[in-house]
Amino acid sequence: MSKLKYERPLIKKMHAGMMNKFGSQDENTPVTHIDGVSVKSLIDTYGSPVFVLSEQKIRQNYKSAVRAFTTRYPKVQFAWSYKTHYNNAVCNIFHQEGSWAEVVSGFEYKKALGNGVPGSNIIFNGPDKHIDEMQLAIENDSLLHIDHFEELYLLIDLCARLDKKARVAIRVNMDTGVYPMWDRFGFNYENGQAWQALTKIIESGKLHLVGLHAHIGTYMLSTAAYGVAATKLCDLATKCKAELHTAVKYIDLGGGFPSANTLKGAIGQVPTPSVDEFAEVITSTILNYGFNTEELPLLILESGRVMIDDAGYLLGTVLANKKLSDGRKATIMDFGVNIMFTSFWYDHKISPAQEVSHFNEDTVMYGPLCMNIDIVRETVNLPLLNRGDHVVVHKVGAYNMTQWMQFIAMRPNIVLIDTNNHTHIIRKAETLDYLQELELMPDHLKRKN
Amino acid sequence: MIKKNIATNEFGFVFNPATGDSYSSNPMAAEIIQLMKENLSLNEIKKMLLDKYEVDKMILEKDLDEFVGLLKENNLLSN
Repeated sequence: MSKLKYERPLIKKMHAGMMNKFGSQDENTPVTHIDGVSVKSLIDTYGSPVFVLSEQKIRQNYKSAVRAFTTRYPKVQFAWSYKTHYNNAVCNIFHQEGSWAEVVSGFEYKKALGNGVPGSNIIFNGPDKHIDEMQLAIENDSLLHIDHFEELYLLIDLCARLDKKARVAIRVNMDTGVYPMWDRFGFNYENGQAWQALTKIIESGKLHLVGLHAHIGTYMLSTAAYGVAATKLCDLATKCKAELHTAVKYIDLGGGFPSANTLKGAIGQVPTPSVDEFAEVITSTILNYGFNTEELPLLILESGRVMIDDAGYLLGTVLANKKLSDGRKATIMDFGVNIMFTSFWYDHKISPAQEVSHFNEDTVMYGPLCMNIDIVRETVNLPLLNRGDHVVVHKVGAYNMTQWMQFIAMRPNIVLIDTNNHTHIIRKAETLDYLQELELMPDHLKRKN
Repeated sequence: MIKKNIATNEFGFVFNPATGDSYSSNPMAAEIIQLMKENLSLNEIKKMLLDKYEVDKMILEKDLDEFVGLLKENNLLSN
């Protein structure tokens, strides 16, 4: 006779008290499958922990964001933010959908070229573009977004030496009513720096001013801030035409749209504006600004997080349960902040991956590192999990697979589930050989047999 | 062992009349408390549970030790 399913014994003192005004909801419905593939089979095949991405969800998110803008504005272009997730397979999903590339470093730039993106469809942002990288971008007719005056002067000098005109925009920072203000990138609007940079570009005769760029922040919860940013860029574009006799071809409003994750410290689920709401504010601002129809600038967006966060899952396994000195329960997982950087910002939703009873307990969720900071959730209400049980961490698609650390544990496999529910490894789990590949041993430290 | 005057029911409700405290327990905890009330030793309870449930001996031992600790903390044991 087969034995019955075991659950750890639990007894909890009942407290009479006030009703919670937020009510209660069951967050612990098991998630046993992702896009029709069982979590257990994913872990059995690819190990634990393992990152899983849904191609179907990525494509849905992209199409939905494009629809939000193109139904409201005639000329729209998305550029995939490589820093959000630069695995080539993921980038190529976005490129297949029609996205350009937005990069912030030389290696990202070369990745985009390697992925077959035409140079003219690569936007090169960031404050640290090396001379050779800028030269490569000029030769490929890419869009260089200038971040500071040093870069502007270097670029003028480089274009003079190459006898080529670079296509450029400036990044503009500004007061959009959201604080702290992101004023460390680009040229400030209010103090006249942005205008000074634009004037210098035109006066140099070496650069071709084609655009204006602003990236006002990340995980923005205010749509109004984008309205302010769009207005200020439109003001600059109009002034460029009137005073510098240069028509700006595009306005790039960067990224920053939030995903549906829960920021740490938020009470309950804080509603985040949808892409449609951002699109409505941005496009109506530009359309109502007063451009002639034929002079409406191309609208570029560099959305990253909102496109991929909810398409990514981290599957993991319980290593141990503990009782802390103050009586709290603790659960130790086989994944931690080393591969889930965003656990510093978010209270990620975590679901059991197998059938569970309705008995829950509050627990601190720790990762496996020998480091006190390795806390995945400071408190999370979960069913009684045993060693070997699996969990699904939700909305981990953005930033984790670029900001992850090889620290104490190796980085795990990344698996993509395609639109036919077939699985593919798109980045192999790291090995000791990989880790040591770049290490060199001085002769005097070599082991002598 | 468990205090004799502790009241329990089949839904896992536990009441300590000496303190007025009430508790909810999951079916596994309720079953263990019931077996304790029937004066079975911890070793006997462990053997019964190992026969009945799909659980590793080491995990059951750890969980039982922890559960007994919880009962003690909540003043539900007589010694």
